[in-house]
Amino acid sequence: MNPTRQRRLTIILAMLAAVIVSAALVVYALQQNMNYLFTPSQVQAGEATSYKSFRLGGMVKAGSIQRSNDSLKVTFTVVDASGAMPVEYNGILPDLFRENQSVIATGHMDGARFIATEVLAKHDETYMPKELKDAMAKAHAGKRIDEAANQDKQQL
Amino acid sequence: MTPELGQLALILALFLALAQSVLPLIGAWRGNRALMAVARPAATGQAVFVALAFAILVSAFLRFDFSVQYVADNSNLQLPWYYRIAAVWGAHEGSMLLWVLILNVWTVALTLFSRRLPDAFLARVLSVLGIISTGFLCFILFTSNPFARLLPMPPDGADLNPVLQDPGMTFHPPVLYMGYVGFSVAFAFSIAALLGGSMEQSWVRWARPWTNAAWGFLSCGIVAGSWWAYAELGWGGWWFWDPVENASFMPWLVGVALIHAQAVTEKRGSLRAWTILLSLFAFSLSLLGTFLVRSGILTSVHAFASDPRRGTFILCFLAVVVGGSLLLYALRAPKVAGGKAFALVSRESAILIGNLMFTVAAAMVMLGTLFPLLGDALNLGKISVGPPYFGLLFPLLMLPVVLLLPFGPYLRWGNSEAPVLKQVLARAGIGAIACAVIAAFLVQGQLKAIAGVASAVWVGVGVVLYILKRWRDMPSGRRYPAEMAGMLLAHFGVAIFLIGVLLSESLSVTRDVRLSPGQVATIGGYAFRFDGVTQATGPNWTAQQGVVTVTRNGSPVAVMHPQKRTYAREQVQTTSAIDPGITRDIYVALGEPMDPNHVEGAWALRLYTKPFVRWIWAGGLFMMLGGFVSAADRRFRVKREVEAAQTVTATLQESQA
Repeated sequence: MNPTRQRRLTIILAMLAAVIVSAALVVYALQQNMNYLFTPSQVQAGEATSYKSFRLGGMVKAGSIQRSNDSLKVTFTVVDASGAMPVEYNGILPDLFRENQSVIATGHMDGARFIATEVLAKHDETYMPKELKDAMAKAHAGKRIDEAANQDKQQL
Repeated sequence: MTPELGQLALILALFLALAQSVLPLIGAWRGNRALMAVARPAATGQAVFVALAFAILVSAFLRFDFSVQYVADNSNLQLPWYYRIAAVWGAHEGSMLLWVLILNVWTVALTLFSRRLPDAFLARVLSVLGIISTGFLCFILFTSNPFARLLPMPPDGADLNPVLQDPGMTFHPPVLYMGYVGFSVAFAFSIAALLGGSMEQSWVRWARPWTNAAWGFLSCGIVAGSWWAYAELGWGGWWFWDPVENASFMPWLVGVALIHAQAVTEKRGSLRAWTILLSLFAFSLSLLGTFLVRSGILTSVHAFASDPRRGTFILCFLAVVVGGSLLLYALRAPKVAGGKAFALVSRESAILIGNLMFTVAAAMVMLGTLFPLLGDALNLGKISVGPPYFGLLFPLLMLPVVLLLPFGPYLRWGNSEAPVLKQVLARAGIGAIACAVIAAFLVQGQLKAIAGVASAVWVGVGVVLYILKRWRDMPSGRRYPAEMAGMLLAHFGVAIFLIGVLLSESLSVTRDVRLSPGQVATIGGYAFRFDGVTQATGPNWTAQQGVVTVTRNGSPVAVMHPQKRTYAREQVQTTSAIDPGITRDIYVALGEPMDPNHVEGAWALRLYTKPFVRWIWAGGLFMMLGGFVSAADRRFRVKREVEAAQTVTATLQESQA
């Protein structure tokens, strides 16, 4: 084999090895870290049972926010058009967390409660993330979603 | 009246951009010098009109012209003047205008410094830049006009998003865009080379400083963004692997690969096709970055909501630019390939391995970022990919890079001999192991921290050894040419960055606590006493301001004032208090009152100690500096000046004759 061919072969083999190793790692890492988004009614319908950790999206029910007297524990209820899910969180809630606003909480189920490890609220009060809007629309095809949330007010 | 002038200026700029993209291209194809000569004046004229439009928008903000929709949406009477200027690029329309303005600045700089290039080649380069500019100007005029009127004029405007009212945010977007758009030069260059069917080494030499400078700006922009997220978002993290952050990180990674590949192509003529491909990728990813941030199709913690029509436009534009350039590459790349052969142990091989790692890393980040779209398209449900995915894969991919880095400068082009490398291996290895052992006692066996110290010393010793070698071997004045000094600075930045990341990640302590006034919480050896909440006011906000006294072993360290601000339009924004230090940051963020009716009672507070966190940004700034210093090398410049002088003499002679 002449030097040029040998060099090319080395490069191709190295690339192939790198591709295989990284593909295997990527598949592994993706499997470990995929988070699905469900709405409360989807969870109650049992769609989330096969996932240990997932994201719960919906609106914070008015009057449902309750704080503990001696710790940072806070409970609230996330609702969509036909479902409701109690959520428990231990920590500081984001600035824009309010009643009747959309939230996405990451965590797992503990009995009938959802234990959140992270709670995200959106910067813009009238904006609902597209994926949450889609998920809620899918969960209730034909039912009306809060009009205000449906309008993507464009603001940075 | 004036906003309409701005609109008119943009329309005129669009026509000039069209002229700049079409005529010189035809000229270069037909060999028509008159058509090629259109490029320069068209580019300059376009820049003038875009600058005029931008100035009109700035003045609309400064004069509180709320009859302009964009001004009314993003500023109000209480907003201080400096944030009113920053508000120009605080939302979608204005930031697109800023993008085009910066593209024009780069184009004009190019026309000024490009006299050495062959006419046909320069005509093609400017024409490609004109096409990009045409795309963005159409985008602004048809989907996101910053000058649209709002009638009747409201008495006062809304507000600039409070998270953007921060010094870090005022210069983050322009600097980031300087980086994004800067890659358009390398892109235009590669397309021109593909169109012309040849790629000369001298052209790559000429393109290198532009790429280095663009990459330096991008580094600076990312550092500013990361610093802003740390200080302003109140979560104390410096990187979240969020889609918006990833969007700027992908072109940066490809940019690293591109800078090194360009060096190989310029010095040795090898890897030409690869260099071209990388510059196509770097700019495509810059466009993708704009698309991701602006389209709102991905759920991001930054949540930039937007109009989906715009997404469609950018997506089509992206398809044309990426698809078109890759098609051209497929057709023409074999013509421009070539170069000298190199052995397995050589600088070329090392750079190639590094290149592979960086491009694979960029691909990995892209997969993780776009996976939700993929999942959506394949009907897998609403998926997002968590930060641990990136956290696992990225360090693995960077490991070979860090291991190879100290050898880089010692490796020779073409073929390198082993003894010198063994010497480096022994010295840097001993240094790294010794420091790791010492560190192991200090950090109580935190593996990540030990790895951080070892890898940083490994890289740092490698760089310092080479600096000493140059000092011994070379006569003064020739020791550190700017190109090499830049390389050494950037590589040293990697060492500093490694310390910052791995030590702060492993040794940081975070606690959310509930404190009544007078209560003390102790973390990381620091005692935080909460002294209650007072009122504070700023130009356009009022705040509840906590007072937290920090002591260590009884001696006072700092009195901190974290705030919870309420802006003019009822938006709430946490502003954390940070006590900075070289070896540690103390960070306090105010949560919320436990009982909203009794703000004088207990509050939720988030307390952090973050050792060495500042080294992360210091490392990034070193890398940025490296990019700029390299770009300033006289080797890239002198010839241009000589050439310019020759042109001047030539014109003089002509005029005399």
